[in-house]
Amino acid sequence: MCYYQVMPLYLYIVRRAILTVPLLIGITLIAFIIAHIVPADPITANLGQRAMSDPTIVAAFKAQWGLDKPLPTQYLIYVGNLLQGNLGTSIRTKRPVLDDLKAYLPATLELATTSTFLGVGLGLLLGVVSAVERGKLIDFIARFVSLIGISAPVFWMATLSLAIFYVGLRIVPGLGRLDTSIVAPPAVTGLLTVDSLLSGRWDAFTNAIGHLILPSLVLGSYSMGLITRVTRSSMLETLEQDYIRTARSKGLREQMVRRRHALRNALIPVVTVIGLSYGTLLSGAVLTETIFAWPGLGRYAYQSSTTLDFPAIMGVSLVIALIFIIINLIVDVLYYLVDPRIQAH
Amino acid sequence: MSSITSLTLESRPTELRTAGRLRLAWKWLRTHPGVTFGLAILLFWMVGTLIAPAVISYDPLAPNINDSLAAPGIAHIWGADKLGRDIFTRVLYGTRISLPAGIIAVLASLFIGTAIGAVAGYMGGWGDELLMRVTDIFLAFPSIILAMAIAAALGPSITNAILTIAIVAWPNYARVTRGLVLSVKQNEYVEASRAIGASHFRILFRTILPNCLGPLIVLATIDLGNAILLFAGLSFLGLGPAPEVPEWGRLIADGIQYSDQWWVSAFPGLAIFSSVMALNFIGDGLRDVLDPRTRRR
Repeated sequence: MCYYQVMPLYLYIVRRAILTVPLLIGITLIAFIIAHIVPADPITANLGQRAMSDPTIVAAFKAQWGLDKPLPTQYLIYVGNLLQGNLGTSIRTKRPVLDDLKAYLPATLELATTSTFLGVGLGLLLGVVSAVERGKLIDFIARFVSLIGISAPVFWMATLSLAIFYVGLRIVPGLGRLDTSIVAPPAVTGLLTVDSLLSGRWDAFTNAIGHLILPSLVLGSYSMGLITRVTRSSMLETLEQDYIRTARSKGLREQMVRRRHALRNALIPVVTVIGLSYGTLLSGAVLTETIFAWPGLGRYAYQSSTTLDFPAIMGVSLVIALIFIIINLIVDVLYYLVDPRIQAH
Repeated sequence: MSSITSLTLESRPTELRTAGRLRLAWKWLRTHPGVTFGLAILLFWMVGTLIAPAVISYDPLAPNINDSLAAPGIAHIWGADKLGRDIFTRVLYGTRISLPAGIIAVLASLFIGTAIGAVAGYMGGWGDELLMRVTDIFLAFPSIILAMAIAAALGPSITNAILTIAIVAWPNYARVTRGLVLSVKQNEYVEASRAIGASHFRILFRTILPNCLGPLIVLATIDLGNAILLFAGLSFLGLGPAPEVPEWGRLIADGIQYSDQWWVSAFPGLAIFSSVMALNFIGDGLRDVLDPRTRRR
């Protein structure tokens, strides 16, 4: 009964991956343009005042980035340097930007992943419950909680939650990823929770989890609110469809109808929102990490921008845009798996 | 009988229309308490900031060291900051920056995004493809990161923060407008407009776009909340107005080092939270009227 051809998953992934190439070119182009609208001299912006006084450094910098050549050539040199992993040297830390990014990326990945799981998990749960229990008290509560999630500024919630749960109630450990008294587990993945489990360090694991809870709840609150709202309205819409009536009238139990017939179809728009909210999450990470002294990319970006560390901020922008593209690629694949209509072509 | 004869063709129908509209608006407000609530909150901040100089004796800028970090009480209902300035007064004056900044940013991104999306949807073909790929590229940059890069390049200021928000927000409008134009384009009245020889410009901006306005207004209302959040976030990070300016995000930043004096940052946050929530309420209500296809249940 199959009237359409099904595109194999690998072919779909390859096609989507090819489509990201122009996107990557565009992103490097924007980064390049921003780097060139800097009112200050690009050499000063990239090297900082101190290195400027050394003519050999200035000459080496000019040669490396082709600053005496025409702009299109400069762009090609810039992309060539990027492809070799050369993102310039940070003015503030005096280290290659790529090394800095490698050092700060795991903390952000750990925080963002936990936040996404919390946000998506809680959002789906609240959304489904409030749709099924529509008009009851629990629906009202779920909608109010989701409204707080999408309306309250993330840096406000971060500040307040620290004041309440850390300073006031003392039920969570404070800033950073680990207590200062705890020795970090040997780095394997850079994710403290995973590394401490790998090395069997139970004390470090529980401590890392304790440090992770508050920032990831705060950071995930926006996704949670958005996903609750979308799940609720999508679920309500699905529950009114003819095929749901059919499923009920053929005698399926309500549980079965909701889970197998309604939820699966209601999830399709939710998947899109999960991808979109990840961008907000990465932005929120800047604010959350800054307040929780979380040594990740967001805090690095903040410190770089306040010290006008231009190579660093451009490096973070590129890496985060890259993460965003990869996440959207994953979301597209999920979309393909959830919505059989896309598999037809 | 006399009432019918007194009907004049010019006046009566307009009267009816106005009365009908007012009744509709009233009915809408009654069936959507959220909208009324949202409007009340926004009115509170807008009227409050306008009458503040007349009714509040505190100065939002002048320090008063005697009241430094005073707790909320009768003298200062929301407490006082490090320099003893009344926090409620500062928040009220902050409305003058935060709300207009958000509105200008949204209008600018609405203008850019609608123009690009409309042209893309109307043209179709390679023009559509090109414009939408450019839109995708801008969507790929997370807003605050792009904002920080722009601020690092241009320097922090209110104008640059607004410009930044417009740059990161327009792609959303472009995508939505393109979709709307694609569907409105199919209507017969567009065909009719073309048949009577209207120019492309006229067809797009006089025939198609007015029919796309509803969903765009809903989007802009909710997005105004996001713009206010982003603006506050930027100024919290020091990428907006100068430190001494009472702006909502800045005010929260002022309190961050006083964890025992929670009121310094807690109350300014209420202003942001309540306004964004109000805009969400109003947007949801507007959606029921203006965007029937995606009616919320």
